[in-house]
Formats: sequence, C-alpha cells, structure tokens
Amino acid sequence: MSLLSTTLSRVTLSVLLGSTLCAAPALASDLVIGLQQEPTSLDPTADATASIDGMLAANVYESLTTVTESGEVEPALAESWEISEDGLTYTFKLREGVKYHDDTDFDSADVIFAFNRAMAEDSTNPSKSIFKPIGSVEAPDENTVVITLTTKDAFFLFNLAQGDAAIVAEESADLNNATPVGTGPFKFDSWTRGDRLTLVKNDNWHDAESVQLDRVEFRFISDAAAASAAMMAEEIDAFPGFPAPEMMPQFEADPRFNVEIGSTEGEVILAMNNSKPPFDNVEVRRAVSTAINRDEIIDGAMYGQAVPIGSFYPPHGPAYEDLTGLYPHDAEKAKAMFAEAGVEGTEMTIRVPPFPYATRSAEIIQAELADAGIDAKVENVEWGFWIDEVYKKKNYDMTIIAHTSPNDMGNFARGPDYFYGYDDPEFTKLWDSIQTEADDEKRNALLKQGQEYLADQAVHGFLFQLPRLSVIRTNVDGFWKSAPVLFQPLAGVTVN
Amino acid sequence: MAYFLFRRTLGFVLTLLAVSVVVFAVMNILPGDPALTILGLDATEDALAALREQFGLNDPLLSRYFSWVGNALTGDFGTSHSFRVPVSELIAERLPMTISLAVAGMIFTVILALIMGIGAAANHRKAGDWGVMFLSQLGIAVPAFWLSMLLVLLFAVKLRWLPPGGFPGWSDPVAAMRALILPTVALGLVQSSVLARVTRSSALEVMRQDFVRTARATGFSRQRVLWRHVLPNALVPIVTIVGMQFAALVTGTIVIENVFYLPGLGRLIFQSIANRDLPTVQALVMLFAAIVVTANFIVDLLYVVIDPRLKARA
Repeated sequence: MSLLSTTLSRVTLSVLLGSTLCAAPALASDLVIGLQQEPTSLDPTADATASIDGMLAANVYESLTTVTESGEVEPALAESWEISEDGLTYTFKLREGVKYHDDTDFDSADVIFAFNRAMAEDSTNPSKSIFKPIGSVEAPDENTVVITLTTKDAFFLFNLAQGDAAIVAEESADLNNATPVGTGPFKFDSWTRGDRLTLVKNDNWHDAESVQLDRVEFRFISDAAAASAAMMAEEIDAFPGFPAPEMMPQFEADPRFNVEIGSTEGEVILAMNNSKPPFDNVEVRRAVSTAINRDEIIDGAMYGQAVPIGSFYPPHGPAYEDLTGLYPHDAEKAKAMFAEAGVEGTEMTIRVPPFPYATRSAEIIQAELADAGIDAKVENVEWGFWIDEVYKKKNYDMTIIAHTSPNDMGNFARGPDYFYGYDDPEFTKLWDSIQTEADDEKRNALLKQGQEYLADQAVHGFLFQLPRLSVIRTNVDGFWKSAPVLFQPLAGVTVN
Repeated sequence: MAYFLFRRTLGFVLTLLAVSVVVFAVMNILPGDPALTILGLDATEDALAALREQFGLNDPLLSRYFSWVGNALTGDFGTSHSFRVPVSELIAERLPMTISLAVAGMIFTVILALIMGIGAAANHRKAGDWGVMFLSQLGIAVPAFWLSMLLVLLFAVKLRWLPPGGFPGWSDPVAAMRALILPTVALGLVQSSVLARVTRSSALEVMRQDFVRTARATGFSRQRVLWRHVLPNALVPIVTIVGMQFAALVTGTIVIENVFYLPGLGRLIFQSIANRDLPTVQALVMLFAAIVVTANFIVDLLYVVIDPRLKARA
C-alpha cells in the first residue's frame, strides 16, 4: 500500500499543481445560449457551418443589408440604396463613421475588398453563387458603392444580408477564422473550442443605446439529452433550435420556460433519384406521393410539431400555395399505381443521413411503402458518407433531407448533375423568369406556378417544413420564433 | 535491461508505424469529401476545387502519406482542415481536459476497486463479499452513457449539487473539480467494477498461502496483514488489468466528453471524423495509440518494481 499510496498522492498533487496555474476567473454573462452545432471556424465567408452565421452574422459581422424575422430586407452597413430602372445597377449609400472592432475605419474600400475576395477565382466562399450575377463593384467615393449585375436577380438584396456576404476588412480577414473582427453590435471576446464562445457589447455601434446585453455566452451541446439536462439545471437561458421535439411537452409544463415553435426555410423531402429507374417515371413518383401519409410522419417523427408541405416552398412565405391535397394518402390506390407501372414488389433503398427528423421519418415511410406493396430498405448512413455517395455520386434510390436555404426552388433547375437527377427545360425556364422578376406580385404568381408544376411532376415526396423549436427562459425576450435566415440578431434581445 | 528497453522502443516505433498506415488508409478510403463537408451543399464547383487544392488533396496518395509521416517526425502534424489552425495547437488546447479526466477516472477506479476488492476478500462468503459481487456485476452491466444521464438527472437537475456538464477550465479550480466529479464517476464506475473483481480473486489466492497465516500467527493485525502483505503480493494481476483499463479510460473519454459536453480530445476526434478532417483525425489516432502503448510499457516496468524476481528474467 505504501507504494501505491505515494504514487497516488503524487498524481493527485500534480493535478492540484496544474490547477494553480490560474487565469482571471470567468465573468458572469447576461445571457447563456445553447447551440447544438459546434463551429470549427468563425469565418462565415469560408465555412458553411450554420452555427457560424447563427452566432456571428448580424452580431459581430455586418453585411450591406440585413433581414427581419418576417424575411424583409432592411439597411445595415448600407444606409440606403437605389436600383436603376433596368434592375441591373445598385447604388448603395454607406453608413458613415462606422469603425471595425479593431478600431480601423469602414468605408467603400472595405466593401470592394470583401466582394473581390468572395468573387476571386481561388475564393472558397461557400455561397459563391450569390456573387455570380455581379459584373462589377465600384466605389465612386468613400461612402458610395455601385454594383452592376449582368443579369437581374430578384433575391440579390436578400442574399447580401447573409453571413457569406459579410463585409470583412482587409486588415483582419485572414484571422477571422479564430478572432473575428466586424462592425456589428457585439465584439468577439473569447472562444474555447468545443466548449463556449463569448461576445461583449460594442459601445461604438451606431445604435448601441438600444442594446441591453453586455455579455453573451454560447455553449455547445450536441447531445440532445445533455441539452435537456442543461436547460433543466438552468445552466442555459435559451436554446434556439432545440434538438429534442419529444421533450417539448415537459418544457411546456414547466413555468420556468417558454416553448416557441416557429418555422425555418427547411423543406424536408423524400428525394427520389429522378435519373434512375423506376423514378424516371412520373407515375411511379406520383405513386410514392400517394403512398405517404404526411400527418402520420409528422406525428411519429416530429411529435406533431411540423406543418405539412405539398410542394417545395415554405408555408410562411408570401407565395405559398397549399398543395398537400394533390395526392391524398391511399395505400390501395398507390399499390394499384405501382402495379400499373410494373414496379410492384421491387426492392428500393432509402439512404438516410444522421438527423433525427430523417431517421424517424424513414421508418414510417418504410412502413407506408410496405402497405403499398413496396419493399423499401432503410440504410442509415453517416453524414460524410451521405455527402459523397448520395449528394456527389447520386448513388441512391431515395433519401430524406431538409433543404434549409431560403429561395431555393432553383435546386430543380440545377440540371442533371445535381443529386435530384431532375432535368426539365420547362421548369428551368420558369425558374429563370422567377429569378429575374423584380415585381413582388408577379414573382409570387410565378412562384405559385412553380409550386404547382413541381407538385404535379411529383419530383420528390414533399413531407413537411422543418420547425424551429426553441426553449427559452421566461425572463428572456426578443428571440426570433422563426428563422428566415441562419442568423439570430441579439441586439434586440433583453433579459428581465 | 538495455536489451529490454531497446526491444520495447522498437516495438513502440513499429506499432505507431503500423497505426499510421492503417489510419491513413482508412481515412482516405472512407467515403466523404472534406471540401464539400466544409463548404456545404450550396458550394459551387470552382470553390470546391480551390479548397481541395489548398488542402493538397489533389496530390497522389503515396506522396501525401510520406510527406505526412515526414512532417510528423519533426513534430509538424499539419493544419486542421476544418479549424484552419495547426493540429498541434488543437491538441495542446484539449489535452489537459482529457488527461485530467482520464487521471481522475483512474484514481477513482483504483481507490474504489481496492477498497471493494480487498474488503470483499477479507469478508469472503459473507454479506460484504456478496454485496460487492452484486454491485460490481451491476456496474459492469450498466452502459457508461446511460449511467451518465442518470447521474446528471439526479445530481444536476434534481438535487442541483453539481453542474450537468461543461468545463470552466482550471482558472477556477473549485468549479473545475466540481465539473469533473460526475464525468469521473461515470467513466470510472464500470472499470472499478471489473478491477474490484480481479482484486478480490487475486487477494483470495494470496490469502490462502502459508506466509499470510504465518504473518497472522506472529501477531500482526488483520488490517496490517491485508494491506501490507496480501495486497503487494496480489498486485501483479491488478496492475496488468489497470494498464489495460487506462487504455479503456482514455478511449472511454470519447463517450463521456460527448455526454457531458467537455472540450477534450474525445469530442475533437468525434467531430473531426464527421468533418473528414484528415490531419486532425490522423494525429489524434496516433496520439491515442501512443498513449496506449506507453501505458503498456509502464505496466511492464512496474512488474519489475512489484516483483523483483521478474528482473532476472527480463
């Protein structure tokens, strides 16, 4: 024992000694926000991870424009803008007297730099397509930027609000991956990778008086059960995008919490490989749509917390048309349709990525297809595998995925190489006219037409709109219920 | 002894070399595209191509392997694809967390197991023995992640004695230790159940030997005989198991760090595999392998300390 006890005490001692290497104790935060997804980099112009935008866009970084909770475009670094009559030239008037968090000045040169960086040939911007319509970016003076497009783009101002189009400064751009510098209402304070990230208020922001929070902390908790426990133990004040829908009733019953069920831009689809038999046959796709029962899927996979969709457009959008009744669920009819198309009894595989909404939906869809005489195998695959085999190589029959980008009906116009394998010149033409239509009313009419067309072609099984579930302490106000974009502005959040 | 050290060092190097080939091959055969994982599904072809070029993914496999091994020998494990910082920096940030957890888990395991094991042996075929046997059976049967959740629900959610997870860093030692208690127990309980059983049977075997009876007959107290005579002679199998358990504890941190959201190496490797962050995964697997091989090496050295008779044989 003597030998053992001395070794033990030596180990304990070294642990204790390690602990005395102290830094200043952490400051208390006004608000602690839980996030499921952990960022690996803090530069939204170089990495598509949604939590980077979620934490930093519109908070640390600012873009020329920003977006409200209802999806309307508002001024940010650009105070105002004018659009030429042909819809191709945008003249932005920049906000004056803005400083970056490292005390360097913001002016039109920064805008030029940020756009050139994103548009460069060797640029690795994850949303390079935002910049594709741009022909030139010019700065006639310090506070004016003129962007000329080569084709009209109805979504241009909306797209500019995204973190991918953040106006980063030449002095700090290369270091943004670990120490982000922007112009927004909050300054980056610290980041312990894998654990937490803190922001502090930027007193130089143009509307700093309206910002109540002095210090905000994000904690990264990927495990759904751990997230629930952390909320219950009051370690976390708000968890937007809460990962466990099954826990909602418990939080609803708890007077300490408010539960918000909002919408996202994520359409969940049962994607079918349109380039491959039997899904190249529209009748087979219609049979699949007839076989699935959305209410059953939403009850089983989302605990009833989602809105069904009948086409590829979010139900909260201004151009939404309810097409869920187009193929009413009827197992017998689906069976007859499959028989007529000669695919009755065929084996098919549903390759499912590792997201709870997808894995749970897959099991229910499998049972529903079985009722219609189709033997579907469910294959749960890891995300990296899904990206490579399903997305890149189109090596799949069916899969379940949420398309979370806004205004993404253009996916169906991405040609035969996109993983849908859907190539329809008629729809591509329709999408072109949608994208270039500047008049809201006319564009909405075209978008309705697009929804009808895709539903009629039954390109995929359209399932439901991915909900945004949030659990928030009752003393916290101002969190967005719905998520029209990836970011969540904290300038309007208050704690009582 | 010199020959022994030489042989072990050679074994160490060859093991790591074999691991390096396997991990490199597996990570490159595994379906997945690091560029697409980072830039997401909306990325354009030219952005993906530019990033692949940046990562050097277009070079031939063999030349990538040799340049990786070559750099690793000089201590350069490359730059993480997803974090965009040197891998060594990532590891240095997170190593203290994982080592703290593994060492705390080991201490907990050994202390609990020795008390339970020796206690059971001393009370052979009595209530205490049966109690230990029953509890350790239970401990072996319970999965660590499930036990973790139960501990959190009881001590963090219900009683509010301890935090449900997270690690505040050693700048606040009291908070840090409080944060380590539940993960340590969750990590160590299963292992200590195994070790308690080994300790018990090993001690029982020694207790049957003549010198124990002689020691008792000389008038030494029961306690003294147990801890000074029985335990040291029962240590060889115990240390063997402890060595194997240290490896299990280090890898067990992967599950525990995810459940308790601790920023350690386990969570890093988990995330890096999902992100197809080849340089980070490669370096971490090598590190875990090196830790396991080193633990085995230390066990071999300990044998000689515990049982000097082995020195002649080595």
